[in-house]
Amino acid sequence: MTRWRETLLESLRKLDPRLMIHNPVMFVVELGAAVVTVAWVVGGGDPGWYTLTVAAWLWLTVIFGNVAEAVAEGRGRAQAATLRAMRSDTVARLRDGGEKAAGELLPGDVVVVDAGETIPGDGTVIEGIASVDESAITGESAPVIRESGGDRSAVTGGTRVLSDRIVVEITQKPGESFLDRMIALVEGAARRKTPNEIALGILLAGLTLIFLVVVVTLRPFAGYAGTTISLATLVSLLVALIPTTIGALLSAIGIAGMDRLVRRNVLALSGRAVEASGDVDVLLLDKTGTITLGNRQAAELIPMPGVAERDFAGAAQLASLADETPEGRSIVVLAKQLHGLREPAVAPHDARFVPFTAQTRMSGVDFDGTRLRKGAGDAIERWIVDEGGSAPPQLRDAMDRVAREGGTPLAVARDNQALGVVYLKDVVKEGMRERFEHLRAMGIRTIMVTGDNPLTAAKIAAEAGVDDFLAQATPEAKLALIKEHQAQGRMVAMTGDGTNDAPALAQADVGVAMNTGTQAAREAGNMVDLDSNPTKLIEIVEVGKQLLITRGALTTFSIANDVAKYFAILPAIFAFTYAKAGARGPLDTLNVMQLGSPRSAIVSAIVFNALVIPLLVPLALRGVRYRPVGATALLRRNLLVYGLGGLIAPFVGIKLIDLVVHNLLGA
Amino acid sequence: MTAQGWLQLAVFLGLIVAVTPLLGGYMARVFTGERVLLARVLGPVERGFYRLLRVDPAHEHDWKAYARAVLAFSLVSWLGLYAILQLQGHLPFNPAGFGPAPWDVTFNTTSSYVTNTNWQYYGGETTLSNFSQMAGLAVQNFASAAVGIAVVVAVIRGFAARSVATLGNFWVDLTRTLLYVLLPIAFVAALVLVSQGVVQSLAAAHHGIVVGPVASQEAIKLLGTNGGGFYNVNSAMPFENPTAFSNLVEMLLIVCIPAALTATFGRMVGSRRQGWAVFAGMLALFAVAVAIVFVAEGHGSPAQHLAGVAGGNMEGKEVRFGIADSSLFAAITTVTSCGAVNAAMQSLTGFGGALPMASMMTGEVVFGGVGSGLASMLLFVLLAVFLAGLMVGRTPEYLGKKIGVREVKLTMAGTLAVPLLVLATTAVAIATRAGKASLSVHGPQGFSETLYAYTSQANNNGSAFAGYSGFVQPHPPGNAGASGIAFADLLGSGAMLAGRFLPLLAVLAVAGALAGRRVAPAGPGTMRTDTPTFVVLLVGTILLVALLTFVPALLLGPVVQGLAGRTF
Repeated sequence: MTRWRETLLESLRKLDPRLMIHNPVMFVVELGAAVVTVAWVVGGGDPGWYTLTVAAWLWLTVIFGNVAEAVAEGRGRAQAATLRAMRSDTVARLRDGGEKAAGELLPGDVVVVDAGETIPGDGTVIEGIASVDESAITGESAPVIRESGGDRSAVTGGTRVLSDRIVVEITQKPGESFLDRMIALVEGAARRKTPNEIALGILLAGLTLIFLVVVVTLRPFAGYAGTTISLATLVSLLVALIPTTIGALLSAIGIAGMDRLVRRNVLALSGRAVEASGDVDVLLLDKTGTITLGNRQAAELIPMPGVAERDFAGAAQLASLADETPEGRSIVVLAKQLHGLREPAVAPHDARFVPFTAQTRMSGVDFDGTRLRKGAGDAIERWIVDEGGSAPPQLRDAMDRVAREGGTPLAVARDNQALGVVYLKDVVKEGMRERFEHLRAMGIRTIMVTGDNPLTAAKIAAEAGVDDFLAQATPEAKLALIKEHQAQGRMVAMTGDGTNDAPALAQADVGVAMNTGTQAAREAGNMVDLDSNPTKLIEIVEVGKQLLITRGALTTFSIANDVAKYFAILPAIFAFTYAKAGARGPLDTLNVMQLGSPRSAIVSAIVFNALVIPLLVPLALRGVRYRPVGATALLRRNLLVYGLGGLIAPFVGIKLIDLVVHNLLGA
Repeated sequence: MTAQGWLQLAVFLGLIVAVTPLLGGYMARVFTGERVLLARVLGPVERGFYRLLRVDPAHEHDWKAYARAVLAFSLVSWLGLYAILQLQGHLPFNPAGFGPAPWDVTFNTTSSYVTNTNWQYYGGETTLSNFSQMAGLAVQNFASAAVGIAVVVAVIRGFAARSVATLGNFWVDLTRTLLYVLLPIAFVAALVLVSQGVVQSLAAAHHGIVVGPVASQEAIKLLGTNGGGFYNVNSAMPFENPTAFSNLVEMLLIVCIPAALTATFGRMVGSRRQGWAVFAGMLALFAVAVAIVFVAEGHGSPAQHLAGVAGGNMEGKEVRFGIADSSLFAAITTVTSCGAVNAAMQSLTGFGGALPMASMMTGEVVFGGVGSGLASMLLFVLLAVFLAGLMVGRTPEYLGKKIGVREVKLTMAGTLAVPLLVLATTAVAIATRAGKASLSVHGPQGFSETLYAYTSQANNNGSAFAGYSGFVQPHPPGNAGASGIAFADLLGSGAMLAGRFLPLLAVLAVAGALAGRRVAPAGPGTMRTDTPTFVVLLVGTILLVALLTFVPALLLGPVVQGLAGRTF
């Protein structure tokens, strides 16, 4: 109840002409309402009830528009309140021993945060590792790991450290934190009109101007024909003709669009980016983690000649026992599946595990004087040679075959003997092919970006169903690819999380940074996905498109409405023009809706005009559904629904209202 | 409404469809600088022109320089024509010894011809010398038409531009239009008209029958969608339009260039389908307009029904042409900005007269004036693209170029300027005593006359509900004792000048803005602008945006007359 009262009060506050003037269409309606109200007070030719009714419905038209905007804003406000409560008023402990209020932290300050404390501001972890509860901004209850160096070093002010201790270098300026921007965003305070909204605004203002002239010149035209038109009637005609439906809902549509993104846990740092996402032609997606599961899985064991497969499987499993990476785990599991080998049964007691290092590029286990090693092909080959053996040519053949088929080969050796090759396979996430088809239908090409060699990349690209791929990608190659597409006039979107993604994120028209990413990535992109889900881009694109479609559809509807309103109002105004004494004039023939009386017709038209606004608020907030059926089919559909529908609907609506106004109320 | 009548209409539509790609393709070659056959003969003349004007044909203008050249050329044309008309008493080829018309009438006439309007408050044969007609009006018929074509060519270049921001060289476009398009066609057409009996003579009047250089002026009057006839009654006069064949030739001459420019557009932007789509929108609106006029005229007028006269409305029509050809001509002359007539427009029935008005009120985009028609149509295309683009969920783009804030702003300015002008000037004229002085009758017909006059002038059409006057000539022929109605003359001049140059500047600016835009390749998500769906949208946009503005005004004029079932 209170929320409704607040919304209502807010919509009355918005009647302030200084605010209304930003929306020329509705400002004209408000002026008209004021003029008619004065006309009612002064009195004149029309009966008082008529002028008053017109004035009341004109005010309602304005208020309905304001309510629409207030409702849209209100949806973000509750969320903003939660966020605001999080804004820490804690005292930050500086590393050099001093203390500072969280609100006064400057970029470059270094603070220490212990378990149980709230991080005082946005920054980068420069020391330590900790689990952090970010549920307040992401809604995700599982804690995330934040550590110095690498791609998971960014922390957000207002989130809470659960374990351990980290040292954070502050990167935000006071009042410009991620949280501040998020609050401004959901409240709609930071909303600036997008280029497209401005263009549409100009179109609507232009239509308003021309109809203003139509109405102003109608008075002398009618005067020549001996018909006088009262002020209330003229203003009614004006308000009916100008595009009030879209004028009233335009800003609500924009706010609701941003809100829909926020609900999907995406923060767009500008409305322009949301609109641009509707225009995206090319989508760059990282292979790992986006198209494929982050980890490769062992899929096949290829023993060397003279090695029993079971023997090889056992060795591979043993070499992987201490390997906690998903790849290692998958080898253990595969050996178990294929040969029923159980971990405890094979684990010797005096085993000494050799961990993986970047220098050796292999790991393994030593026991009973036997040394097992598994690792990259060339590293294992070198090991065998160093041990005094030689790798059989079949080893290289097997590794080449695996690479050709899009997998990653892993060689296993016992002392100086090559045992075989483990086929690690990239597993494409379920449902990706369908998603890319969906994107293609939307007119978007997907390009997979991967560090793999071209052979492997081509294989996975084919399996996943992407349109193209960039293999052996470096950050520079990625940037160059984006620029190349942009030079051809395409709009490019990409997701990224690493610091080395930052230049590409900044260059892309739509750059979605993962919230788990580095601070550099989050600042370079123009959207942040709090769920860190790279395929979210599809939803972002849909929201962007919906935003434009909703505006276009309601504009078309609004303009198409005018035809019926003419048929209602003009025959009413000219019912007695050039009439023979005691009869209706020739233009009364145009009263095709058979509306009860001239005044009832005019009142019905503006009542319809006003009521259609609240009726369309749900559509404005929800957005017109987007279907990826191709542009021409979509246009045909929307033309039918909103164009033809906009022609017909008011005929029905006005007639129904007239039945009430004329027959029941006796107007 | 005879079968023969409908057949005539169908044949004519077929002829337009046939001529469009031929002439359009030819013009595309002319304007992309390809060598055409005529260049062998006229090439030296062309190069001589450039030397004379000190123009470097390779130097291209941006939109502002192009617009400046257009305005400068038009200003010089205006001053030259005004001088000729005012000084005609001292100039040769004046067999009847006419003095100048009143200054305000000349002001109107000059503005009228320089803006390709050819609104005529004067009667040609009773007011102007042969020199004024030939060296003054006929020259402007060529010049103003060439300006219109040059501008649209520049606009097309802006739409088609891939990386340059320039729109071409105005002086080159003007010269090539005149030498390779207007002069040769007009030359041949004049000979064809002479073969049918159109007069071409410099002799004095025989027994009160005025003759003159009619055929040469007639050809360009139609070809350049100018419309100002040698004789006051225009193409209804047997010396201007003697036979059914000459009538057909004249109608084709009016439509051929405006229609063919759509094909020129298609070729120059690299997609003929785009040209055909625009053409289809125009043709659809045109066919409907013709059909309605034809049906309305075939139905007859209330006055004749009251008098018990059966059949269609023959008042004000030449029996040589009948209802079908008169309806067709009336529609052609108003959808294009020509304004030549072969029947009395003010005698059309209510609805028959509403359609020519409505055709002009679209902003002369259904074929429209030579050049100016397609240019204004492209503004509507942008408007339709903007609406449609939103409805498919992409920032609207046309021919791969995004429609931004600047384009929308200029498009709105360009499409709204003329309707605003029409409404404002009509209101001033109908509400003031000075304005009412021009009326010949009162009641709805008086309103129709006024509305028609300012619609016609602001849209640079030039046809008229002829009762509306701005020139009082007590002793015709000759201008002795004549006076102008300064209010109507000057208000009309203002409407013509603003109606010509405001949209022209807007569309050049749009082209300038688009020229520099990157071209995005089309994909499945791109809204196509060469499909029937888009044509429907385009037609709908024109009807809703342009015509809605005029519905109240039309109700009070022709519609009330059409519905009344009585005379006023």
